[in-house]
Amino acid sequence: MNCIHSSHNNSAFSSAKRLPPRKCQVVFALLIINKAGGLIYTRTFAPGLQKLDSNDYLILAGTFHGIHAISRSINPAPPPPPSPSTTANSSSSTTTSQPNTQAPPQPPSSTAGNPTRRRPHTTGIESLESSHFRLTCFQSPTGVKFLLFTSPEQPNTDVVVRRCYEMYGDYVMKNPFYSLEMPIRVEKFDRGVAGYLVRP
Amino acid sequence: MPGMAKPPPPPALTHQLADPIPIPPPKPFQPRLRHPSSRKTIYDRNLSRTQTTPTSLPAFAYLFHALITHHHSLSGSVSDIETRLNRAGYPLGIKLLDLLLYRQQTASQRPATRPTRIVELLQFIHTTLWRALWGRTADALEQSTTKRNEYMIVDNEPVVNTYISIPREMSQLNCAAFVAGIVEGVCDAAGFGMEGVTAHWASAQGEAKGEGKEVEEMWPGKTIFLLRFSEEAVGREEAIKANGG
Repeated sequence: MNCIHSSHNNSAFSSAKRLPPRKCQVVFALLIINKAGGLIYTRTFAPGLQKLDSNDYLILAGTFHGIHAISRSINPAPPPPPSPSTTANSSSSTTTSQPNTQAPPQPPSSTAGNPTRRRPHTTGIESLESSHFRLTCFQSPTGVKFLLFTSPEQPNTDVVVRRCYEMYGDYVMKNPFYSLEMPIRVEKFDRGVAGYLVRP
Repeated sequence: MPGMAKPPPPPALTHQLADPIPIPPPKPFQPRLRHPSSRKTIYDRNLSRTQTTPTSLPAFAYLFHALITHHHSLSGSVSDIETRLNRAGYPLGIKLLDLLLYRQQTASQRPATRPTRIVELLQFIHTTLWRALWGRTADALEQSTTKRNEYMIVDNEPVVNTYISIPREMSQLNCAAFVAGIVEGVCDAAGFGMEGVTAHWASAQGEAKGEGKEVEEMWPGKTIFLLRFSEEAVGREEAIKANGG
C-alpha cells in the first residue's frame, strides 16, 4: 500500500519510464469518452481479459455516457440553507435570482429553480464497485470522461486517473496533428500510458 | 430606432435606401505594442543577460503547436511543411549568432570572435547555441564518411518535439526542421554558405513505426541534423588548412 502511494507522488513529476516497478497494481483498462459520448480511446492492460469487439466498446461507452448524464440530474438535491449564516454566505449568488420572493425558500422548488446552486454538487458517477472490479470515472471540465477499470483492491485510483488526464493534456492536446473529438492515435500518449499502467 | 420611426415614413425610407451606412472616420493611429505593467518592453532589457529565467515548456508547446498548425494548413506535402518551418527558424539563427557572441564576450571579458573554421562553427552550434536554446549541449557531432561537405549534429530528444507525435501517414516529417532553420541561419550569418540544413529521424525509426510498436528504443525521438556546406565554404576551409592555418 505504502509503496504505491509514494510512487504515485513521484510519478507526477518524473518521466513514466523511470518509475520503480510496482508489483501490486492491477489496472485492467482505460477508456476515454468525448463530450458527445463517443469512444475515442480504449486500451486494455492486464492479460487474460475477455476480448470485446470494437462495436461493444462503442455501445459500452455510449451507454455509460447516458447513465452518467442521468446520474447527474437525478442526484439528490443538496440540503437547503438551514441557518441565516449560510444564507448570508450564499446570498451573493442568489440575490439576483430571488429579489422579489420574500418567503423562505422551500427545499424542492429552490433547488429545482436554481441550477447554479445545484451544479457543483452533481458530478455524476465517480466510481462503481463490484466484487471483481472497480470503475473510476473522472470527468474533465470540458466534458471528456476517463474510465479506469481496476481491481477492487487497487488504492488511489483517483490519482491514477488524474495522471492519465495529465498525460492526455500533454501528449494529445499539445499535439498539433490531433483533431479534437476524434479517436486518439497518438504514439507518445500510447507510450506514456503503457509506461505508467502496464505491469513490468 | 423608436425615434427614427416617429417622422413620416416615406421620406425616411427613401433617405435610408439612398444613403447606406456612412463610413466611420478613420481612427487615430494607436500603437498595438502592449506594455507590461512595469512599462518595460523586451527592447528595454539588458542585452547581455547571462542568467535567463526559464521559459515555460507548455507555453512554448502551445505557440509551436500554433505555428505547425498554421503551416500545416497552408502546405500540401511533408517537404513543404519542413521548408516552411525551416524558413520560420532562419531569422532566429541570424540574430542568435550575434547575440550569443555578444553575450560570450561579456561573460569571459575578452572580445569574442566569429567562428571562421568549420569545426569551430560546429562546436559553437553544438555547445553554445544548444545551451542557450535548450539548456544543454547536443548529444553528438559527427562528420560524414562519404561526403566531405556533410556534418551531422545529433539530438536524442529535441525539446521542440516533446509533445509532438507524428501521424503514420506523414512519418517522414520532423518538426525539428524549425531548429534546422535556426542552425542554417547561424551558419549563413557566420559567412558559411549552406546548401541546406535538414532534420531527419534516426534511421531505424521509420521502419519500426511501420511494423509495430514492439521495438522498444532507447531514444525513439532521436533526430539528426544534417548540415551540408557549399563548395565555397569547404574549398576555403581546405585552402586555410593547406596554408598551415
